[in-house]
Amino acid sequence: MSERRKGIGRRQVIAGFFALLGLLLIFNYAPQALAGDTVVTRIALAVPQPVIAFPSAWSLTIIGFVMLIAGSLGLTNRVQRWADISLWTSAVLLFPAILIWAAAGKQTNATVMLSESLRLGTPLALGALAGIWAERSGVINIAIEGMMLMGAAFGFAIFILTGQLWWGVIGAVIVGGIIALLHGLLSISFRTDQIISGTVVNILAIGITGYLRRQYIVTEGGGRVTLPSLSAIIANAGFPDLARSLEAIPIAGTLLFGGKPIFFAMLLLVVLTQVVLFMTRWGLRTRAVGENPKAADTVGIAVNRMRYINLFISGCIAGLGGAWFSLETVGNFDDGMTAGKGFIALAAMIFGKWMPFGAFGGAMLFGFAEALGTRFQILQVQVFGGPVPVQFLQVIPYVVTMIVLAGLIGRAVGPAAVGKPYEK
Amino acid sequence: MAQAATETGIRPSALRLFWDRWSGVLVPILAVFTALVVGAFIIGVTGADWQAAYIGLWEGAFGSPRAFADTVVRSTPFIICGLCVALAFKAGLFNIGAEGQLYAGAVASVVIGTTLQMPAIFHIPAALIAGALGGAAWAAIAGFLKARTGAHEVINTIMLNYIALRMTDWLIRSKTPYILGDPADTTGARSRLVAETARLPGIQVGSSTILHLGIPLALVLVFVVAWLLYRTTLGFEMRTAGTNPHAARYAGINVPRTIILAMAIAGSLAGIAGAIEVIGVRGALSADFFSGLGFDAIAVALLARANPVGIIFSGLLWGGLLTGARLMQVRASLSIDVIKIVQALIIMFVAADQIVRFIYRLPKRKPGEETQLSKGWGG
Repeated sequence: MSERRKGIGRRQVIAGFFALLGLLLIFNYAPQALAGDTVVTRIALAVPQPVIAFPSAWSLTIIGFVMLIAGSLGLTNRVQRWADISLWTSAVLLFPAILIWAAAGKQTNATVMLSESLRLGTPLALGALAGIWAERSGVINIAIEGMMLMGAAFGFAIFILTGQLWWGVIGAVIVGGIIALLHGLLSISFRTDQIISGTVVNILAIGITGYLRRQYIVTEGGGRVTLPSLSAIIANAGFPDLARSLEAIPIAGTLLFGGKPIFFAMLLLVVLTQVVLFMTRWGLRTRAVGENPKAADTVGIAVNRMRYINLFISGCIAGLGGAWFSLETVGNFDDGMTAGKGFIALAAMIFGKWMPFGAFGGAMLFGFAEALGTRFQILQVQVFGGPVPVQFLQVIPYVVTMIVLAGLIGRAVGPAAVGKPYEK
Repeated sequence: MAQAATETGIRPSALRLFWDRWSGVLVPILAVFTALVVGAFIIGVTGADWQAAYIGLWEGAFGSPRAFADTVVRSTPFIICGLCVALAFKAGLFNIGAEGQLYAGAVASVVIGTTLQMPAIFHIPAALIAGALGGAAWAAIAGFLKARTGAHEVINTIMLNYIALRMTDWLIRSKTPYILGDPADTTGARSRLVAETARLPGIQVGSSTILHLGIPLALVLVFVVAWLLYRTTLGFEMRTAGTNPHAARYAGINVPRTIILAMAIAGSLAGIAGAIEVIGVRGALSADFFSGLGFDAIAVALLARANPVGIIFSGLLWGGLLTGARLMQVRASLSIDVIKIVQALIIMFVAADQIVRFIYRLPKRKPGEETQLSKGWGG
């Protein structure tokens, strides 16, 4: 679709949305604010202190004004640079606006919210990294979902077999890689369409994991044991007092020392991916293979071998993401427990324009969307005189994915050779 | 060896000629065969009796008139949803959203079936049309996003599947107020029953199976889709936009419009399948109605290589595998999921038909026959 689009553009839609939202906020909350409404939203950064109190109506009115100005600037099509800055500002302001609105008259803990976003964003970030490794080398990896599912199932099965959580994690990583090699066999060697091949892997993963669960995992059972958090590891190492005091540090205590191993592995992998892809010879070759395989071949790079190895790495990362579900979070394996996260991860990758840090940001955005759902449930947010149905909250990540995709695709351009099998 | 014979100039054998001529049909058949062989190995490795399993599978699916009737009823949604995927496929769209579109259609037909009062002759078509419109609207979202913004339909249709599932669940389970849920039903797991006038008539086979009117309707739809694709301007436009959107644009075809239309028509098929399930088989809607159908529909379409008539057979195979699985489970004490593995293997061998062609020495696919869907994520 390279033709110029007629009619209203994406920018106008976004600007219109913010202008409308701004108007809505002002009309709704300005009268309340002027009437001396005293409802306060208390946002805590840590328990018990510090707590910041926002007058709900006033804050929302001010945010509404900012959005209205940003929206009008965006619609005028004149001061592009200022409009861009103000539109981004209002996009960022959406988060506090939602929190202040949802927790009006109550107290909510922003740090917990942040750490929840980070936690729930972990598998998405891992999936997005897996996507980057595969797509940077020119292979569309829509099978991330299947690789995660296989990692989750086999990781848990190996844990039951050996009784060692860490063996389970290692097993998940290896199984993810092997499944990626199957995807590679189909799409690189046999030149099947990469999306079809990925779909086949996904279907295979559903079948195999379901079989594995009913035939072995259910009968073996297994306690709800999960990987320990950093503070628990420190405590187990013989410093329980140190662990307790570390956890009590405001903000960092919850964010850092409540974190679990795969979360830290994810942070490490984000940095590592950036370094390897953009600062090493291997990364340069990977990107060359993904952008112009013919040129890469001409200078002596083995295109298909590069793709196989990168796909294997991609599968390993996705497998680790799978282990997050069964070994770090739930402590069990359920059918289809990845619930579309592999596909959302792809959206996060596109959001991040195929860059590791960008993908991490995208994953955190989706993680926030999910954390918001649970937070709404805890705060018992009322809409139209009744509690918001659970199903609506569960849908948030999927809807956000669609909006992000629609808003960003076309602007974000992926590797040039992605999707095309290489033939000499 | 036959290869060597042709190369040395000796007349190729009759088998060789047969092999070359019918390779298009032979690939899916041999793929199924290979998948069953590999499946037998997997069953054997896990320590079960593969012969008992396969005999049970056959008898459970096709062994008796009742079993066959069950299979046919079970296959109907697969056939229609296979058509849905195939039609989108021909237009260059990979529609994984048959499941969500089916739910949307089912919800729409439940609304018509439970709220309106009219004679059957109007009520049944009304429910079916509602289903078609529901499915079309749901699919058109993904089509619109693809045409307008370039967002890839694969991710969007999957997201729409999850959304449709959750929304259906809410519509059924919501208690304050009741929306589609049945206050009389204590489990809260199903909607109100549709009116008798909206139920599809059919022939009773055995105690529980009804060969309903939706089955011949599915066959009619097969030919409607074939006609639409190969005998109409719209079908030509869709196929052109699917094979080469750039050429289509130069030929004056409105590609975005074609994409949206193709998705909507495909979605309307899945919606009809949902409506038929509601008014023909179950009489109500439940949230666990049809999970995983999106992928099954793809498999059915791929197995038939998106050929509408072929979908009748691949759909029957799919329904048969699932129907027979129950008896297989009893006979060989195997988990039903073995069938899922066999199904996945079938699609694997069909999708990567080079494997099958290599094993059975079938000629290579001619250039240009490949489907290419992965043109990146749009843009």
